[in-house]
This record gives sequence, structure tokens and C-alpha cells, in this order.
Amino acid sequence: MQTVQPRSLPLRLPRVRPGGVLPILAILAVLLVLVAIRQPDFLAPSSLMSFLGRSAPIILLAAGQYFVIVSGEFDLSVGSLVTAQVVVAARLIDGDPARTWPVVLLLLAFGAVVGLVNGLITTRLRVPSFITTLGMFLILVGAVYLWSDGAPKGQLSEEFRRFGRRAVEDVPLLGRVPYALMVLVVLAVAAVLLMRSDFGRTLVAVGDNPRTAELSGVRVWRTRTIAFILSGLAAAVAAILLGGYSGVSFQAGAGLEFGAITAVVLGGVALGGGRGAVVGAMLGALTLELLFALMNFYGVSGALRSTVQGAIILLAVAVSATRSSSR
Amino acid sequence: MSALSLLPARRPVPGVFVALTLTLVIGWLVVLVDGGQLFNQSTTVSLLHVAAGLGLVAVGQTLVILGGSLDLSVAYVISLSTLVAAETMNGSDGALMPAIGLALAVSAAVGLLNGLLVTKFRVNAFIATLGVGLLLKGYLDSGYDGPAGTTSPTLVQTLGYQRIGPVPLSFLLLVAVTGAAWFALSRTRFGHHLVAVGGDPEVARLSGVRNDRVLVTAHVLCSLCAGLAGIYLASRLGSGAPRVGTEGLYDLESIAAVVIGGTALAGGRGGVIGTVGGVLLLASIDAIFNQLEVDAFFKQVIRGVIIIAAVAVYARRAMRKAA
Repeated sequence: MQTVQPRSLPLRLPRVRPGGVLPILAILAVLLVLVAIRQPDFLAPSSLMSFLGRSAPIILLAAGQYFVIVSGEFDLSVGSLVTAQVVVAARLIDGDPARTWPVVLLLLAFGAVVGLVNGLITTRLRVPSFITTLGMFLILVGAVYLWSDGAPKGQLSEEFRRFGRRAVEDVPLLGRVPYALMVLVVLAVAAVLLMRSDFGRTLVAVGDNPRTAELSGVRVWRTRTIAFILSGLAAAVAAILLGGYSGVSFQAGAGLEFGAITAVVLGGVALGGGRGAVVGAMLGALTLELLFALMNFYGVSGALRSTVQGAIILLAVAVSATRSSSR
Repeated sequence: MSALSLLPARRPVPGVFVALTLTLVIGWLVVLVDGGQLFNQSTTVSLLHVAAGLGLVAVGQTLVILGGSLDLSVAYVISLSTLVAAETMNGSDGALMPAIGLALAVSAAVGLLNGLLVTKFRVNAFIATLGVGLLLKGYLDSGYDGPAGTTSPTLVQTLGYQRIGPVPLSFLLLVAVTGAAWFALSRTRFGHHLVAVGGDPEVARLSGVRNDRVLVTAHVLCSLCAGLAGIYLASRLGSGAPRVGTEGLYDLESIAAVVIGGTALAGGRGGVIGTVGGVLLLASIDAIFNQLEVDAFFKQVIRGVIIIAAVAVYARRAMRKAA
């Protein structure tokens, strides 16, 4: 009888609660009002579209990071992965347009492999993901410097850069639609659909309580490894867009991992897993970018950016933490 | 319960020292074959200097990690402390003590802020200390373009460069701080409470431990250690350096040293002796590669591999024990 009972119960996995998205929408609205007061031009369709295109890489990274965080892990390697991808792309393409597509595919594969390695080390060797991805960070940064003798070589082709810097011009109503924005919209929809699928529910269940998930027949290690692969793929796409937009440098991805984690947390996703929506994570990234734009408009010096960023994060997280604990 | 929580605390200690001995023996042989000498005066001294700087930070980091928390702001605290110390001293010996006091006080205040955010405002430690780190980064970036202030000559001559045989004074400082931390962890109520909080906060709370107070104390001690490391670095560099903490990757390296030393990242298990082992291991690898004139970037790759491998070995052992 005891063996029958668990089977007769349907597999109950927690739903992704959309409630967590409201606070970030409120913050976003406040920032938009502040922008509208200071710089009404910014809200004109074409400049808004450009802004969204520019924000695409960090939004994608936040989505990738979301998969890992909601499953209960961390990915600190994405920033270094972006740097590595951009440098590798420049050296392999070396200005030759014919190599664009093969290199794009190679970068996606590279991202997936790094994610796979992160995932397998974390789940199979039971190394905490903080350490796994920190080690990967050191390895990638060291390897990319080593491979290029300390200075980036080669250059990206115009075809490659198109994704990050060009747009479809003269679109009615919207003005212009950057390619990066199109990529973002497609992938964002895919991410939302993924989180609504069985895999998404399983991912949240694994983050909420790995033991329960395991006992309900979920292969926790496989689910988490897939999350890491998704994060690696997101980093690859972000690198393609970022390389196109701002060119090749060793600083291309510096600090992006913390930016992405911040965005995810700002979007109401709990570190430690099991709670939050992918839309929240992406909105968190958008909010962070809007905040930086706003600081530009108000003439806050670049150096003070991080202070304001730090203060906002602490405030947002502290407010949401005290609210949820009083409930 | 106390027996359970104390026993594993001691077991991981030898592991890292076995690794350290092996590394040193193999390194010594390889360097010998290469035609060098690993244990000559200058390599030993520089190894111990590297270990002293990282060690001071890592011992503090051990305390917060044991309590189930984490401190990502240490790198900025270090930079801030070098600046506060060097600018207050301004090259004169008269201001030595006030400068050290002020640097430590500023560091302790940052630790207090970290601790309060983590406990009273219930902000996840990762985010709280990252946020505080960003606050400090903004201050450092906007206020300083390069080195500032001058360390007092006495401090440079003593803490910075004085040594007894091959052992620098700074390493003795690390030994003293480690001894104090070890005593606090294994012989005082604070230590037992800290390990209990890290092991299971709810159980600790129900057993009458004041979790918040214990964690805030640990955060203050951690920042004090980082401040001390900053004072040491100021004594080495002769001035305050606004980016010395971040460029040295002290935040991530200190966490790596703690984990290599056998302390569980989730808290509740481990100790400072292991951490010092981890620090010495990282410093020895550095020294060996320097002797072999290995490319700096290659060194970083190896470092990443070693950190992952070391922790994987611990995890395997823990699994076997559990099975």
C-alpha cells in the first residue's frame, strides 16, 4: 500500500508565481517617469528601440543566469565567457566575411560546452557552483590572455558586427528596429515558453527542494546541467551582440556576471532557487540599464555609478526581504 | 549534537596539508631539475609575504563562511584601508597609531553594515556584501585616480620589510591572528555559536543562540581582518592604493583559500587552520611557477583547475563518508 500511495498522487510541482514581477514593474515605471521628466526625447520610438537593442545582451545574460539561479546554483563564469567569446571571434574571423556564420555556430557550441562542463562538475563532482564557476572564470580569463599573448588580435567582420549595431530602418511607428532587439524578443519569448513547459516547472522544483524533486523522479543533475548549458548559450548570444556593438577588448565582459546576478535578484528571483519568474529577471536587467541611462541624463559621474547601483540594489532587496518576512 | 558538529570540523584539516606537502616536494624536485632552488631565502620570503596578505583576509573570510554567510566586499575594504591608513599617516611616524586605529575603525564599520544588512534586513549575504562593495567601489573610483598618501617609514620598516630569519613580521602577524581566531572558534562560546548558526540557523535559534548578534560579530571580525590586510599592503607599497584589493582578486581568492582549506561553503564545518593551509598552497603554487618562469596567464588557468579539483576531492570524500 505504501508503494501505491505515492504513485497515485500526481507529481505536484510548484508553479512559477508571477506575483514577484510587480515590484520590479513599479520600479521600472518610476524610472520611466523620471526619464520622461528629464529627457522626453528618450521615449521617442526610435531612441527607445535603440536603447532596448543596447540592453539586449545584459537582458539575455540575466535570462541565462535566471535558469541557473532558479535551479539553486550560481554562474559566475558568464562575464569571462563573454570576453573569451569576443576575443576568440575576432581572432578566428580576422575580417573575413565568409567565416562569419561558421564562427557564430562555433561560439554557440563553445558556450554550450562551457555550460556543460560547469554543470557536470557542479552536479556530478558535487563542487559548489560558486567554486566551479569561479574556477572557470579564472581558467577562461587566463586561457584567453594566454592564447592571444596579452592583446586581442584580428577583427570582426562587418557581417558579424551587424547583429549588434545595425537595425531595420524606417519601420512605421517604431522608427527603427535593431537586430539585437529582434534576437532578444525571439529568445525572450522562447525563455518564457520554456519556463511554462514541463522543463520549466521541473527546474523550479529542483531549486525549491532538490531532495523532493529527486524523490519524485526528477533527474536533478540533468536538469541543473541543462540550466548551465542555457546560461552558456545565453552568454554566447550576448557576446555576439556585445562584440558587434562595442567591439573587441579584454574588458568586453568584465563584471557582467555580477550585473546579471544583480538583475535577477532585482527581478524578484530568490538566490538559492525555487522562486521567481524569468520575466522578472529580464525586467530586472532592463531596470538596471534604464537606471544607468537615467544617471547619464542627470550627469552622475561614471565613477559614482557603482555607488548608486549598490545603494539601489541594497534598498530594493532589503525592502522586498522585509516585506516577504512580515507576511 | 555538539559532538557531531565538532568532529568533522577537525577532519578536513590534514587533507590540505598533505596536498601542500606534496606540492612543495614535487615543486622542489621540478624546480631542481629546471636548475633552480625553490627554498632559497628570497623565494621563501616572498612566498610568506604573499601568504600573509591573502591569509589575513582568508582567516576573516573563514569566520563569516563558517557562520553560513560570505563577504564579497573584502577587496574594497582592503583598498579603502590602505588609503585611510596612508593618508592619515601622511609620511610621519607620529600619526602611526591613530592611522591604524582609524583604518580598523572604518573597516569595522563596513563589517557592521554588512552584518546588519544580512541579519536585520535579511538581505542575502551575496547581494548584501556585493552591494556594499559597489558602494565602496564608487567612492574609491570617484575619489582616487592612483596611489595616495604615504605610509609612515616606521611601519614600512617593521611590518612591511622586517623579518626574523626568512620569516617576515607580517607572517608572524598572520600566525597570531590565526591563533586568536582558532582560540575563538574552538574555545569560546562565540565560536561554538558561530558554527551552530552556520550548521543550522533554525536549530541554533531554538537552542537559544542569538543568531543575529553572532553573525554581525563575525562580519565585523572579517572586515577587521581585511582592514589589517590593507594596513599590511600599505606598509609594503608605501602608499594607499585604491585598486590593490580588486586587482589582487582578494575577494574571490580568499573564498577559494577557505574552501580549499576544507571549510564548507554552506557553513557550519571547517576551521582557520585549514584556511592557512589553503593560503600556503596557493602561495606555494605561485612561488613554484615564478621559479619556473611560467607565463602569468597560464598560472591563472592552473589556479582555476586546482581550485575546482581540490574542492571536488573534498566533495568525493564527503560523499564516501555519507555512503
